[in-house]
Amino acid sequence: MRGALPAEAPMRVAADLDLCQGHQMCLIEAPEVFGFDDDADQVVVLTEHPDPTWAGKVATAVQYCPTRALSIIDDEGARRARP
Amino acid sequence: MTTTAASLDAIPEVSRVHPGEHGHLEDLRRDPVGLLTRVREECGDVGRFRLADRGVVLVSGAEANEAFFRAPDEVLDQGEAYPFMTPIFGEGVVFDAPPERRKEMLRNQSLRGEQMRGHAATIEHEIRRMVASWDDEGDIDLLDWFAELTIYTTSSCLIGPRFREELDGRFAHLYHELEQGTDAIAYVDPYADIDSFHRRDAARAQLVELVAAIMHDRASAGMPSRDDRDLLDVLMSLKGEDGSAHFSADEITGMFISMMFAGHHTSSGTAAWTLIELLRHPDVMRGIIDELDALYADGRDVFFQALREIPLLEAALKETLRLHPPLVLLLRVAKQDIDLGGHRIPAGTMVGATPRVSNRIPEDFPDPDRFDPGRYVDPRQEDLVNRWTWIPFGAGKHRCVGSAFAMMQLKAIFSVVLRDYEFAMAQPSETYRDDTSKMVIQLEQPCVVRYRRRRR
Repeated sequence: MRGALPAEAPMRVAADLDLCQGHQMCLIEAPEVFGFDDDADQVVVLTEHPDPTWAGKVATAVQYCPTRALSIIDDEGARRARP
Repeated sequence: MTTTAASLDAIPEVSRVHPGEHGHLEDLRRDPVGLLTRVREECGDVGRFRLADRGVVLVSGAEANEAFFRAPDEVLDQGEAYPFMTPIFGEGVVFDAPPERRKEMLRNQSLRGEQMRGHAATIEHEIRRMVASWDDEGDIDLLDWFAELTIYTTSSCLIGPRFREELDGRFAHLYHELEQGTDAIAYVDPYADIDSFHRRDAARAQLVELVAAIMHDRASAGMPSRDDRDLLDVLMSLKGEDGSAHFSADEITGMFISMMFAGHHTSSGTAAWTLIELLRHPDVMRGIIDELDALYADGRDVFFQALREIPLLEAALKETLRLHPPLVLLLRVAKQDIDLGGHRIPAGTMVGATPRVSNRIPEDFPDPDRFDPGRYVDPRQEDLVNRWTWIPFGAGKHRCVGSAFAMMQLKAIFSVVLRDYEFAMAQPSETYRDDTSKMVIQLEQPCVVRYRRRRR
């Protein structure tokens, strides 16, 4: 899709498991979207396309991830910091 | 374009400014920033220099940095990369643990999200204690003051409040002598006959004496109740098979030195540089003071807010970290041949990335030498966009495990001191500079600022 995304365009959340160190900061920011795999000791994205009302929380989780392991990806595959 | 045979021959070697018998060692000892900057200028994303008989390949730029930071430990290992740390920690205490052990540390050493609240309260308490000895106005030396504060915060949060109460300014002073004992000549001989190494060894011996005395007092007093126990109590309680103590005072001191090392000079230096940059940029300082006054107007606690957004302060901290990363050179040793930036690098080579140089790549950070906290505001977010070149905390699997802790601590420090005091330079602006003669870079003294209680 070209141009600005319509407001209801779903965001896609991705976690880079090469980078996750298991700090669990995202679980504090957005527990609806991020869970934890105790065996792997890494983040689990519970819902790849979270409810748009959680966009603010997800953005904060991305911004405050201590290892920069989280991102929001738009329809064209580009990484974004914000939804 | 990757050649098949691993060789350093095709990688350009940087020029030398200071001649000497050990390759670029004198350049690294006298002007490390100059050397690292020259590598990128003369050689591009991948260049090399020589330390004694070892080739060091230095990468910069997003692509080469990503390959460097994503390489697993079996390929790029940190174990042997920092020989100057061995006499400080003691034999057998490694500089950095493999990822599995780091996860363990995250779990046990309480750097995790849920434990941050307690740390934030501890840190606020320690800052207020230090500031309580201030008059209405006076001078502080930034290096001495922040180094002492961060000894108390790191010891209290990582080892335990009980241990922190057993420390005083002597510990901070001796710890500083250790940090000063990181001359790059260690790449030739970690026990070279130079003054800073003698002082390093004397300081370590005195630290062991301090810890031994603390252990002796604790042993006579008996084990405290479960709630009051800290890591030292636990380590002292471990017995070997013959019933004697499992760890000696020397080993425990080594563990504590290593636990505190990563969080000490780094946080201390960043706090000092942040204050200097804010004094150099009064408009930014004004904005942050207004931001803090507005945030705390409702009487909320610093330890609560330090874990939440303080946008202008955070942007200034990030910009300080970009311009003055505490570690300018991150090193690994190639355990097997590795492809980096189109070259096949043979096993045994040292490979480095440089936060100081990558953080100032003009294509990623326009007008790179300018202090501009606006870089982190939406939509620029230059730290997130440039995740492989905005690297004051490193990147990848070995990215600093303490970065969230560090940012929280810095937010707490400035929330307290900028609310209650105003500051002014006590010496010409350009005389605040780093002493880069050691691998642990610290402010050159004197680095004095004047404080005065705010009238609000």
